[in-house]
Order: sequence, then C-alpha cells, then structure tokens
Amino acid sequence: MMTLSLLPVLPEMILLVAACAILLVDLFLPDARRHVGFWLTQLTLLVCAWVTLTTVELEPAYALHALVIDDMLSDLLKFFSYVAVSLMLFYSRGYLVARGLFRGETFVLTLFTLLGMMVMIAANSFLTLYLGLELQALSLYAMVAMHRTSNDATEAAMKYFVLGALASGMLLYGMSMVYGATGSLDINQVARTVLAGQGNRTILMFGLVFVVSGIAFKLGAAPYHMWVPDVYHGAPTAVTLLIGTAPKLAAFAFMLRLLAVALGGLEFDWQGMLMVLSLLSMILGNVIAIAQTNIKRMLAYSTIANMGFMLMGFLAANLNGYSAAMFYVVTYVLTSLASFGVIMLLSREGFEADRLEDFKGLNQRSPWWAFIMLLVMFSLAGIPPTVGFYAKFSVLEAAVNAGFTWLAVVAVLASLVGAFYYLRIVKLMYFDDPTDTSPIAARRDNRTLLSANGLALLLFGILPQPLMGLCVVALAQSGFL
Amino acid sequence: MHYLSLAIWVPIVAGLAVLAVGRDRDAAVARWIALIGALAGFLVTLPLWIHFELGTSDFQFAERVEWIPRFDIYYFLGVDGISLLFVLLNSLMTLLVVWAGWEVIQKRVAQYMAAFLIQSGLINGAFASLDAVLFYVFFESMLIPMYLIIGVWGGPNRVYAAIKFFLYTLVGSLLMLVAFIYLYNVSETFSILEWYSVPLSLNVQLLLFVAFFLAFSVKVPMWPVHTWLPDAHVEAPTGGSVVLAAITLKIGAYGFVRFILPILPDASRYLSGFVITLSLIAVVYIGFVALMQGDMKKLIAYSSISHMGFVTLGFFLFSQLGMEGGLMQMISHGFVSAAMFLCVGVMYDRMHSRLIADYGGVVNTMPKFAAFMMLFAMANAGLPATSGFVGEFLVILAAVKVNFWLGFLAGTTLILGAAYTLWMYKRVIFGAVANDHVAALTDISRREFWLLATLVALVLAMGIYPKPFVDVMHSSVADLLAHVAKSKL
Repeated sequence: MMTLSLLPVLPEMILLVAACAILLVDLFLPDARRHVGFWLTQLTLLVCAWVTLTTVELEPAYALHALVIDDMLSDLLKFFSYVAVSLMLFYSRGYLVARGLFRGETFVLTLFTLLGMMVMIAANSFLTLYLGLELQALSLYAMVAMHRTSNDATEAAMKYFVLGALASGMLLYGMSMVYGATGSLDINQVARTVLAGQGNRTILMFGLVFVVSGIAFKLGAAPYHMWVPDVYHGAPTAVTLLIGTAPKLAAFAFMLRLLAVALGGLEFDWQGMLMVLSLLSMILGNVIAIAQTNIKRMLAYSTIANMGFMLMGFLAANLNGYSAAMFYVVTYVLTSLASFGVIMLLSREGFEADRLEDFKGLNQRSPWWAFIMLLVMFSLAGIPPTVGFYAKFSVLEAAVNAGFTWLAVVAVLASLVGAFYYLRIVKLMYFDDPTDTSPIAARRDNRTLLSANGLALLLFGILPQPLMGLCVVALAQSGFL
Repeated sequence: MHYLSLAIWVPIVAGLAVLAVGRDRDAAVARWIALIGALAGFLVTLPLWIHFELGTSDFQFAERVEWIPRFDIYYFLGVDGISLLFVLLNSLMTLLVVWAGWEVIQKRVAQYMAAFLIQSGLINGAFASLDAVLFYVFFESMLIPMYLIIGVWGGPNRVYAAIKFFLYTLVGSLLMLVAFIYLYNVSETFSILEWYSVPLSLNVQLLLFVAFFLAFSVKVPMWPVHTWLPDAHVEAPTGGSVVLAAITLKIGAYGFVRFILPILPDASRYLSGFVITLSLIAVVYIGFVALMQGDMKKLIAYSSISHMGFVTLGFFLFSQLGMEGGLMQMISHGFVSAAMFLCVGVMYDRMHSRLIADYGGVVNTMPKFAAFMMLFAMANAGLPATSGFVGEFLVILAAVKVNFWLGFLAGTTLILGAAYTLWMYKRVIFGAVANDHVAALTDISRREFWLLATLVALVLAMGIYPKPFVDVMHSSVADLLAHVAKSKL
C-alpha cells in the first residue's frame, strides 16, 4: 500500500517549485512586463494539468507514508481547480491591471492557494487535510487584503481572518478528539476503527460536532455563513472570484474524506447535522439574497443557498448522493466563474460594476454579454436548459432516493424564492434602459473564454451526461460505493 | 423521417439564425428569416397530419434515443391523437404571430421574432415528449422566452406581470419535478407511458395529485390560481397574448390528460368533485367577472379562464363525450382567443388604448374589421356553426348525463359568454362615432385581412365539420378513459 514513488505528488511539487520561481522572476521584471509572470503562471497550470491527466490512477495510490492519496476523484477535482484558477486569472487580468494589482504577489499567492487546495484534495490524513486547509486559507486572507487602500477590503480580510482562524481552531479541536478516540490520524485507519465500533463514542460524537462545524464554516453554510457576504463584498472582485470557485471543490473533497470516509461509521449522526445545515442555508441564503442591492453580496447569499443544495445531495450518504453533490459543486463553480467574469468585464478603472443598477439595460449595450449573464442567472436559478437545472435535479433525486422527500419539497420552495432575485437581474438587463453607456472593452482571450464559459452552461445543460457520468466514475473508482 | 424532431428544432434553429443575422438597423432581414423559419416550422408538421394513422391509440412518429443514461432519461418523442393536434395548432399560431408582428414591432425586431420561434420549438417539444424529464425541460424552458416577450415588449406594468407569470408557473412546476423524481424512484424509469401502469397507493396518489395539479392548474389557469393571467395578457404584446391564450394555456390542460388522469386514476376519481367544483366556479364566477371588465384584453383573458373551466370540467366527467368536448374546446379556444387578441391588437395599434370606453362606432370607419370581429365574438359566445359551439355543446351534453344541475350550471356559460362578448362588441363597434380618434381610424390592411381570414376559415371549418378533429382524437381518448377506469391500487 505504501510506496516510495513520488508520482502522486508530482503536480504539487511542480506547482510549488514554479510558484517560488515566479516569485523570483518577478523581482527582475519591470512594471511593463508583469505579463511574463502571468503567462508563467498559466504555463504552470497547463503543465500541472498535463501531469495530472497523464498520471490518472484507476486504483487509489498512496505516497509519503500514506499521507497523500492519488485517486481518480483527486485527479478530477485537481483538474477542475486548475481550470477554475486559470479562468480566474484570464477574467481578472484587466481588473487587476486597472487597480495596480497585476503583480507577482497576486500570481504567487494564487498558486499557493491552489497548492493548499490540491493538498486538501489529495489528503489521506488529518494532518495533511489541516495543512492544506491552512495553506489555502492563509493565502486567501492575504489576497483579500491585497488592495491596501480599500477600507472594505481590509475590513473583509480582518473578518475573514478572525472567523477563519476560529473555524480552523474548531476543526483542529474536533480532529484531536477523533484522534483521541481512535488513536490514528490516517483516514482509512480511523474509518476502520469507527466502523468496528471501537473508540469512545461520546468523544467521537464530540469530535464530530466540531468537525462538522468547521466544515460548515469553510463551505459557508448557515448558521456559519456570517463571513461570506462581507468577504465577497469587500474583497476585490478577482479575489471574490477565486474564493467563490475552486475552494468549493477542495471543501467538497475535504468533506468527502472526513465525513464519508473517516467518519463513515457515524453516517446517521452527521446526516442529521448536515440536514439542519442544508435546510438553514437554503432558506436563509435565498430569502436574504432578495434584500441585497450589491450583486456581489447577492451572489454571496446565493452561494450559501447553493451550498445548502449541495449538502442535500451529500447527506444521502451513498454513491448517488456523493456524485450528485460533486456534479453540483462542479457546475456551481463553472457558473460562478462566469458570473464574476461578467461583473469584472463590466468594471473599469474606478468603477466596480457591483451594484445591481449597473446591470440596467445591458441588453441594449451588449446583447451578447446580456445573453451570457442570462444563462448564468437561469443556471443559478435551476431553470432548464441550463446545467444548473441538472445540478438541482441530481441532488433532489439523491434526497428523494434516500427517503428525504420532504427535504426535497422544502428545497424546491426555497429555490422558488431564489428564482425571484435571479429573475430581477434578467429584468434589469432586458427590461430597463441603460444608465451607463460606456463601451465594454476587454482583451480578446478574456472575451473568448468568458463566452465559452457561458455557452458551456448551455451545452452541459443540453448534454449533461458526460460530466455527470464522469463524477460517478471518479467516485466509484475511488471506492465510494 | 424524424418529423417530430424537425417540428421542434426547425423553429429553434430558425430563431437562432434570426438572432445571429438580425440587426436593429436592418429589421427587414430578421422579419423575412423569421417568416421563412416559421413557415418551414409549420410545413414540417404537415406530414404528421398526413401520415397520422387513425384508429389506433399508439404513439406515432416515435423517436427514442438514450440521452442521460445516468438517470435512464431518453430523448423520447411521440404523438397520439391528442398531442398531434396541439403540435399543429402551435406551429400554425407561430406563423400567424410572426406575421402579426410584422410592422407592429419596431423595437429589437430580431430578438422578438427569435423569442417566438424558439418558444414555438420548445412548446412542440413539450407536447411531443414521452419522457418526463424531457417534458419538464421543455415545459420550464418555454418560460424564458415568454418572460422576455412580456417584459421587453409589454405595456407599462410589464415587469410586474412578467415576474408574476414566471413565479406562478414555477411554483407548481417545481413541485411537479419532485413528483417526477418520486415516480422515478418507484418505477426506475422516467418514461411517462410506463408510469401508466405503476401501482400506487391512494395516499401516494393524492400527494402526487396535489403536486401535478398545482403545476397544471396554474397553467390552465383554474380558479383560484388564475390571477397571473389577466396581468400577463394585459401587459403582453399582441403576439404574446395570442401564444399565451392559444397555446400555453393548453399545455396545462394537456398535462391533465397526459399525466394526472392516466397516472393517478384513483386520485382523479376521488377528487373529481373538487376539480368539477373549481371548474364550475371558473365558468360561472369568472364569467361574471369578465362582464365587468373595462379593458378589452382583460375581458378576453377572463373569458379564456371561463372557457378553460369548460375544458377541465369535460375531462373530469370521465366520459368519451366530455373528454372529446374538452379537447375540442381547447382547439377552438386556440383559434378564437387568438383571433380575439389579434382583433384587439389591430385596434390597439391604431388607437393605443385597450379601454372599451375609448371606443364606440368603430364600424363606421372600419367596416371590414367589424365584420371579422363579429364572427369571432359569435364564436367566443359559442354560436352554432362556429368552432366555439362544438366543444361547449359536447361538454354540456356530457354534464347533463351525469347530473342535470351540473349541466345547467355549465350551460350558463352560453348566456354569460354571449353577454360579455356581445356587450363588449356592441360598445366598441356599434353606435355613433365616439371621438375624433375613432373617426380617424383606417380599415384593416391586406396583411391584417388575410391574417384574420385564415382564422375565420379555421373557426368556420371546425364549427361546420368537426369530424376530422374528432376522428383523430377518438382512439386516444378511448384509451385514456380505459386507463382512468382501471384502478392502480
């Protein structure tokens, strides 16, 4: 089972070396040539993607004394993370340039965030899980605060840091309880002990509560959601985009390893907890989103609601449910990328385009971007023929299949409330006249990728099988049956 | 040939082509492509009518391709004698609507035409789907074009109407989605036809009935969930009102015959009294409401609700006569309500008012138009030899067979319908010329003449010789009734 091969951690190593190299190279770059760092970062992502895809393991492989696992699930989630980060950089280039943030630090911190996520995704021990989580979180705290002159950003970073540290503490405390009860940090070992019914049940439960709280915090599920709107709102949109996308993939993997594998024997206990989180998130997120006038805040509440939906699939606690949740996260990330991408496309120097009014009459200014945003909004609302419908469909199916029909009914009622605020954006874009008529300018690569991203929502909406099937295969190959 | 796929995708592709090619500066191009697309969309549905085999209740022109194997979802199309008629009706109406918006729509022409074409394809898809998820996808996505049509090209209060329309429809359909998923878990399939033979306990049937009933009764719309319709109709542009009244309402009623009755026969019988009561309230109460309207579009909207009450009434009498009457009423209402909305549109384009009080003596300046509208008003009132009579007569006949008083209450529609329609007609058309605006009216153009003439031909043909329509649906209705009669407990 243990092997000395470092192949499973090759992408992480490449990324780490590349990040350090970019940091050094950046020192010698004049301001006019910052794009070298940008392209080096993109190249790193490309290489990592290539390595990850060419070393896909059909059977789980372990490395570094089983601290790290390399299975199809981790390969797939890593690949989606590269895509998300790469798109995030393309979309935010103009935005960063306009705000003086197009610098080496941005690229390096982004890569370190990604490294943290990759470690989380590939972790096979509590220690690695925590390590990855902290690496990701610390990089993000710094990134939120990077826009030094912005009061909002500084405030958001403080909130994020204080609350995030609290959550990490809770998580660590919970993990230590589980360690105390089972005597192991290895996820598979813990799973065996728990399944065998060994270990003090009270301590395990105690640990479980803290672990679930920590996870809920990282996901931004209600009632641990307080940081989400402030951070989404305060952070520069580029960073919001980063926070709102790839980390969700990592958090999903994190949850899968901790709850589904390590604490799989306590399934019935965490099901109930997740159910509460899911219900609260769906209802709170969707209802409060209605009152928002800032689109970033609105999307923050929408994230909370969406994580509630994802949890609904997860708590079915079987392959059907996990794959539904995974499909949900992946499509959510895809949709989220496009939504913030459009916001940044409309922004320019000194103008954030983050108020709802800024979307007024977009159809008259640019029918194409209005159409892309329309797809995003209907996808978030779960209206076919966009991919968001199949995401909601799968998690609803998982819930009904597991016998939680009532939960599915509450969920659809919550998404009805949600439909209202998504429709409002469409209303602003299509039914109102523009107040702002400045032309929408962006680099060609940004426009092409954002268009492809938007159309992908439609394409996967018409042919969802490949992506759905991929999620099932990856999970099944990784031993989630 | 995959005629059904063509009926769905030809209009959608045409719509996308209009979007791609059409520019605001050069609206004529968009109009012509749209017209050609709509005509092609209509022509590809004609083989369905020609090659349709009578005397069988089987689904014809079936196409079945694996679509989402993860959930056993198929791209499964097919029509029987019931859905065939609606596919044809829809494709024809799209052609008329594109034509009707020819000069009237000046703002963002390409998007307007594209919305109608895409919507037409989606509606055909909903009528032809035999897989529940496929149906749902079409059923939901057709909300998007209509939402935009009302919101972009609608009247002053269009935003309220558009959002209300969307959310009302969404409430029911989301619950229906849960019902679909429940049925999938019971039966391991999304095939609607296989659901016809899945045993379900009465309690389950009742719960599913609630979900389905909410979805479809909002769409029909039945009293008391009808309030979105007058708003949507009043605010929508003429074309939007035509499609709403003529087609989208029919999808609600179609849902009753495709889903509720055959899948939940016991619950349907158990709750038939409830549905009949709601239908009669719609017929009688909404009839009175229509009488009091000062806005022509609102009046026709309420008249639609009242007429659709007849449809659901006919369905829940569980007899061949009632069922066929309901279906005939649906088709006839498709023609007549479309014609009535077009007539209001003709006047609105000239006067920019829908209020009855602003008119009077129109016959003096628009004699040809007055003649057309006379005929449609008569058809709306259910005059024999017009299509409006056939369905109402059959349903009343069926109702009297069940219970005399039921038939009596249903029969009041003949009086109420005549009262509100003809009274409106009298106030608008007859009398002395009311004001200078009316005096300045010009009679209908060639385009409007042929538009209305097409509908006159259809209304009269169906009224005088309804046999072809009944022949087409006869076997399917008999089969449906057999399903309803068979308990699933």
